[in-house]
Amino acid sequence: MIQTFAFYLFAVLVIASAVMVITARNPVHSVLWLILAFFNAAGLMVLVGAEFIAMLLVIVYVGAVAVLFLFVVMMLDIDVAAMRAGFMKNFPLGIAIALILLAELVLGIGAYRTGAIELGTPLASDAPAMVESNTAAIGAMLYSKYIVLFEAAGIILLVAMIGAIVLTHRPSKSKRGQQDIGKQVRRNPDEATVMKQPTVGEGVEL
Amino acid sequence: MIGIEHYIIVSAILFVLGVLGIFLNRKNIIVILMAIELILLAVNINMVAFSAFLNDLVGQVFAMFILTVAAAEAAIGLAILMIYFRGRGTIAVDDANQMKG
Repeated sequence: MIQTFAFYLFAVLVIASAVMVITARNPVHSVLWLILAFFNAAGLMVLVGAEFIAMLLVIVYVGAVAVLFLFVVMMLDIDVAAMRAGFMKNFPLGIAIALILLAELVLGIGAYRTGAIELGTPLASDAPAMVESNTAAIGAMLYSKYIVLFEAAGIILLVAMIGAIVLTHRPSKSKRGQQDIGKQVRRNPDEATVMKQPTVGEGVEL
Repeated sequence: MIGIEHYIIVSAILFVLGVLGIFLNRKNIIVILMAIELILLAVNINMVAFSAFLNDLVGQVFAMFILTVAAAEAAIGLAILMIYFRGRGTIAVDDANQMKG
């Protein structure tokens, strides 16, 4: 009973906040609604016992991606009124395509429910139920069978990080603070220092 | 009783809302990126629901990879948006026709 109530709460909230994401006037409000949508999706995942993915969703999306969105939205000064200009113009086409898509998905789900197509039993359906925790089971799988994919995911993140830095890095215009690393490395003690032995009472001329 | 169908329906509605968001906010590329995130979230919900339904953890492992790719895509997309804004002073994608052949 409590599961049913929680499911409907999370499901209604995730859909309502998704609607608000795409219809909010202000992009900042869109980001905030997106955060709410991710929280509720994480709740939906907790309900089926996928705690690890749910917590990952909260950490990665709410902690990193949504903050990145907020940062960019606030950094760019956007003319909100001009942004909304095409909203009503695109509305009929958008609604039409969304309805077609939804009808197809409902048809697919309806066909799935009748169970007409038998593709065979899933591989793991006869496996014994997990006794260890969700996180431990995922870790055992991720670090053994899917280690190559895991490392590939790391490389994807590295490439994305380098790409984002390369794209947005802007060398400063002023000469001050510019560092020529080659010049610094080429420098040796002979040309950088001189030995002087000044007589008493006289200054040093360099 | 909550079954797998409930989860698929939520995921389908979320997916459709994401597609609709791309169509409605044709000018606002930030909201388009958020709509793409909604689509990927729908995919993730589907993955996790089926993973629990089939008692097969591979779905959750792959949901993690989808999460990784979504984060990378958001970072690169926002970086491109930043340099676009820097060069043009606007983020209206309607004007992005400099590269048309």
